[in-house]
Amino acid sequence: MSGIKTMREIIIKPKKTFSLEDFKEIWRYKELLYFFTWRDFKVRYKQTAIGILWAIFQPFMTMVVFSLFFGALLKVPSDGIPYPIFVYTGLLFWQFFSSALSETSNVLIANQTIITKVYFPRLILPFSAVATKFVDFGIAALILGGMMFYYGFTPELSSIIVLPILLIITFMAAVGGGLFLSAINVKYRDVRFVLPFFIQLLLFVTPVIYPASIAGKYSWILAMNPMMGVIQNARAVLLGTAPINWILIGISFLVCLILLVIGIIYFKKVERYFADII
Amino acid sequence: MHTPIIEIKGIGKKYNITHQRGGYIALRDVLANILKNPFGFLKHKVMQVAGLETKEEFWALRNINIEIQKGDIIGIIGHNGAGKSTLLKILTGITPPTEGEIIMRGRVASLLEVGTGFHPELTGRENIFLNGAILGMTKKEIVKKFDEIIAFAGVEKFLDTPVKYYSSGMYVRLAFSVAAHMEPDILLVDEVLAVGDAEFQKKCLGKMEEVTRKDGRTIFLVSHNMGAIKMLCQKTLWLEDGEIKEFGNTDTVTENYLHGTEKEGEKRNRNIVPDSSKDITFTKVWVTNMQNTPTTHIFVDEDFTIHTEFNVNKPMDTAEISIFLRNSNGINITFTNLSDVFNQKPYSLKKGTYITSTTIPKNFLMADDYVVRLAAHERGIRDIDAHENILRLSIIDNGSPMTHYGKAARNLALVLCNSTWNIARKNND
Repeated sequence: MSGIKTMREIIIKPKKTFSLEDFKEIWRYKELLYFFTWRDFKVRYKQTAIGILWAIFQPFMTMVVFSLFFGALLKVPSDGIPYPIFVYTGLLFWQFFSSALSETSNVLIANQTIITKVYFPRLILPFSAVATKFVDFGIAALILGGMMFYYGFTPELSSIIVLPILLIITFMAAVGGGLFLSAINVKYRDVRFVLPFFIQLLLFVTPVIYPASIAGKYSWILAMNPMMGVIQNARAVLLGTAPINWILIGISFLVCLILLVIGIIYFKKVERYFADII
Repeated sequence: MHTPIIEIKGIGKKYNITHQRGGYIALRDVLANILKNPFGFLKHKVMQVAGLETKEEFWALRNINIEIQKGDIIGIIGHNGAGKSTLLKILTGITPPTEGEIIMRGRVASLLEVGTGFHPELTGRENIFLNGAILGMTKKEIVKKFDEIIAFAGVEKFLDTPVKYYSSGMYVRLAFSVAAHMEPDILLVDEVLAVGDAEFQKKCLGKMEEVTRKDGRTIFLVSHNMGAIKMLCQKTLWLEDGEIKEFGNTDTVTENYLHGTEKEGEKRNRNIVPDSSKDITFTKVWVTNMQNTPTTHIFVDEDFTIHTEFNVNKPMDTAEISIFLRNSNGINITFTNLSDVFNQKPYSLKKGTYITSTTIPKNFLMADDYVVRLAAHERGIRDIDAHENILRLSIIDNGSPMTHYGKAARNLALVLCNSTWNIARKNND
């Protein structure tokens, strides 16, 4: 061990204002972030007998059921492309968002024994929850690859740039909303019972099972929903349904950034007292 | 003097009573309240903002000022609720202080619970990495120490078994072993030595002492176990009602603590304001130890006596006098009735003043804080005079046969049992 002189000083004070130091601290704890993600992933796939298949099974079965009822029976329009691949593209991003959001909002309660016994930057927990869901996303994306091959779609070259941007937007939306909800959840424990209901509602105001074009001239209202920009542009770039709508991407990005900033500020504001009330 | 490794300057921690009560608020209730009584809610909010509302708050810690030198092992003692754990939680950063400042020069690790973050589904190997990371070790450190950790815990054979199949002993050994191999400059330990069997505890204490000597590690140790404190710590901090009562040489402080608690006990014996409208009314309750000294601090291995004094204002033939004991978890541990000694028949009380004394046997109550409930009643009909929490009692462990189970014993059982054991070998082959 090195002597005192080389060690950094830790200063504990009553109120810490939100600063750049917080992000540096998260960086120092990046290994713990990795371990939390690793733990959640391991545990989840240990508990289900079908293991990794679960990550594929969920969106795939949803796609099959939706294709059958909305596509084949209700004949929901799909911008002129086969309905299964149309809905799967939407579901892929939607499920990443919705599962990340609900997981994040529960993450503090789920880890309360650790929170009350050990110090670490609490922001790590929501981030790790989203990271776990991102792995699921990656697995489910393989199916999309297979479907694109089957239906003969070639992604546009620009998807190399656009897809990461769309993922970042989804990530910001889930973390931003999740941070806010998780902090509220600590104080009001019944929030989590209401949340699934709202997430389900959100699914229907997001163009997952239908194209945004059916809203006609009112589609700008839908644009306030950042997931709409994500899903619509994912379809545009992967399936060539429409030209890439950079304005929509810009709006989504901005909305999510604001959401994320509000989420982080609120979270940091109440973070210090989690251990007292959790 | 070197630069101290820890400087604690004027630390205080204030809680709102609502925080303390635990539990949580439901958004549903809050919304319902607003809808039912919107003006009341507004008024409440305005008062709160204006600071006019009298909030119920209390200081769990106040005016804590100490400096710790590198390599010191500091014991922290005090009664339940004296602020020991709060101090530790502030030092780790789990909860912020309300006032004051702490400067720590070095890497801090805390051990407030053995096996924090252990996941039952994960294997021993996986949990070592997870727990190590939670305790603040880097992956590199864990890899380096891995063999030592499993050897120390003695679980080599079960490394790839999920810990949910571990016996509790194995679980604790593995968890403690990870913790014992941390290499922080400052280690904060809360009552965790209380787990595991005596043999393993000794091993852990030894390990802690060894690394402290070798690396000059600084340790804070909260414990009710005076034996462990005396063995490990050079200096001891005695907290009382959130403030420093004494800080210094361990032998002196622990001596004063055990002695002082006795003297203080005298004050705690209660005079009760009599209510002459009642048929029976208590006037006094107190506790004495075997030397007949009034006290409220009793060692596990001594008998003690609860005395009551009451006035009978109206002759009663069916009255019962009962004493109940409740532990710090709020569980009723036991009760005893006057009629028990008279073959379940109520004792006939004439007008006048009575004194009772009830002796509780030694090695029966576990080391804990207890409250006494006193009741004069007609069984199943009515309470004549009853007093909740009329007296507070502390049973102190000074080395009973159960000492080495520590706090963990309270998870296993409610009372001690001074049993006799026989063992004989049946056949001789």
